[in-house]
Amino acid sequence: MDKKIVIPGDYLSDDVKNANDGTYVEDGKVFAAVYGLASLKNNIKVVPLSGRYIPKRGDIVVATISEVTHSNWIADIRSPYDGLLHISEFPKRIDNDDMAKHLNVGESVMALVKDVDPIMKVELTLNDRRLGRIDEGRIIEVTPSKVPRMIGRSGSMITLLKNNTNCNVFVGQNGRIWITGNEKDMDFAEKAIAKIENESHVSGLTERITSFLKKEKGENFEEPGYEPEIKEEIETGEEEGKIKDTPADEETVKEDKSGILDELLGDEE
Amino acid sequence: MSKPEKFIEDGIRLDGRKIDELRPIKFEVGILNRADGSCYLEMGGNKVVAAVYGPREVHPRHMQKSTTAIVRYKYNMASFSVEDRKRPGPDRRSTEVSKVSRQALEPVIFVEKYPRSVIDIFVEVLQADAGTRAAGINAASVALADAGIPMKCLVSACAVGKVDDTLVLDLNKDEDNYGQADVPVAVTPGGNITLLQMDGHLTSDEFKTGLEMAKKGCADIYKLQKAALMAKYSDDTEGGSNE
Repeated sequence: MDKKIVIPGDYLSDDVKNANDGTYVEDGKVFAAVYGLASLKNNIKVVPLSGRYIPKRGDIVVATISEVTHSNWIADIRSPYDGLLHISEFPKRIDNDDMAKHLNVGESVMALVKDVDPIMKVELTLNDRRLGRIDEGRIIEVTPSKVPRMIGRSGSMITLLKNNTNCNVFVGQNGRIWITGNEKDMDFAEKAIAKIENESHVSGLTERITSFLKKEKGENFEEPGYEPEIKEEIETGEEEGKIKDTPADEETVKEDKSGILDELLGDEE
Repeated sequence: MSKPEKFIEDGIRLDGRKIDELRPIKFEVGILNRADGSCYLEMGGNKVVAAVYGPREVHPRHMQKSTTAIVRYKYNMASFSVEDRKRPGPDRRSTEVSKVSRQALEPVIFVEKYPRSVIDIFVEVLQADAGTRAAGINAASVALADAGIPMKCLVSACAVGKVDDTLVLDLNKDEDNYGQADVPVAVTPGGNITLLQMDGHLTSDEFKTGLEMAKKGCADIYKLQKAALMAKYSDDTEGGSNE
């Protein structure tokens, strides 16, 4: 394994030029600055195992409105700094007095970090087709430093989750995951996400999640007369994700289920 | 207990330690779920819990600095931590300990990474047995690492003192109460001193040897701190999956 756990102050390398996030340079040597997993291949960096989300320009985040002022929405983005969403960044022209009608305190949006200045004023925008208000599904919170693992290499983990849980999954860079689907599927997706979070630092994650999804599905979608081959209790660990339950509509994706179920059963043989 | 007649007999102290031996130490990382980082430490009879929150928004607002994060350190002794009930709440002593401990940790934290924010460190002493500020710093520095806060390195602390005209490492309660000197020291693994206080009298030669003893003690504590942090994740790494 090319990754190892390091603590702040651990010596990493002499290769100062390739020192990257999570490291610092002193006397021509590279040291770890955070407690996390170090990778030394061409790019020397340490990925922290915990920590808050620090906004970067271009990130897509799930923000929750905490305040409405006369021309700005102030949003919580799970970081030490609030996000500011100016009225002009709303997709359509609205009146200052109507701001709360379109987006009120407690509602969540998918937003793009438009800019972050040196004193960490964070500007958000909704001017993109992918962005907008979140009206259904659930939001699950995970440690922001684990977001890359949730996404996987070029989105492989998300695809895996989507295909197997029948939910739509969106991972915000700030560690909020938005899932939509029917209630049962979302419960399942939540379990899988908790497992990914708990085991993200162990190698071979994708394989383990794949087998976990298959096994769990044997139990969840059991049809009368069908005996799953493997019927082990699988420990998922504590569910740390805090759940904000917005009323989910049940009618979605119900018809598709049987089709997908066939596919899954086929997988297991 | 009243003053013992002799603290050291044949190079062995009252609690059976050699003069340059630390008390047994046990670290536990990540014991609090709500904190961003936490650590429980037993150091001899001391039992302390450290919790780290942040970086987060500063309240009250006027305390915030526009270019760096601020560090707040709150040291508190539980009313049941000592034999005679301690009156709860901050007092002259705990305010001082908070200040020097904060200054012991501040130099290793990259505060400039988080402007306009605060890193809150809380240290609760559940049971006190001499050297609580050193124990607090040891626990707090592990908790800071656990919180994912960028730092130059950890900080380790221990005390050196003088009893029966002899230098001893890591004073226990009686040695602290009736001894001739008490010198708490905090150092980084690189040997930079971030805390140095002295209570009592030492000759300059004694002071120099004492400091070296303390540094050696701190180096041992650093190993334990490192091992504790490694242990938090290594269990899972070895075991692999849950099957």
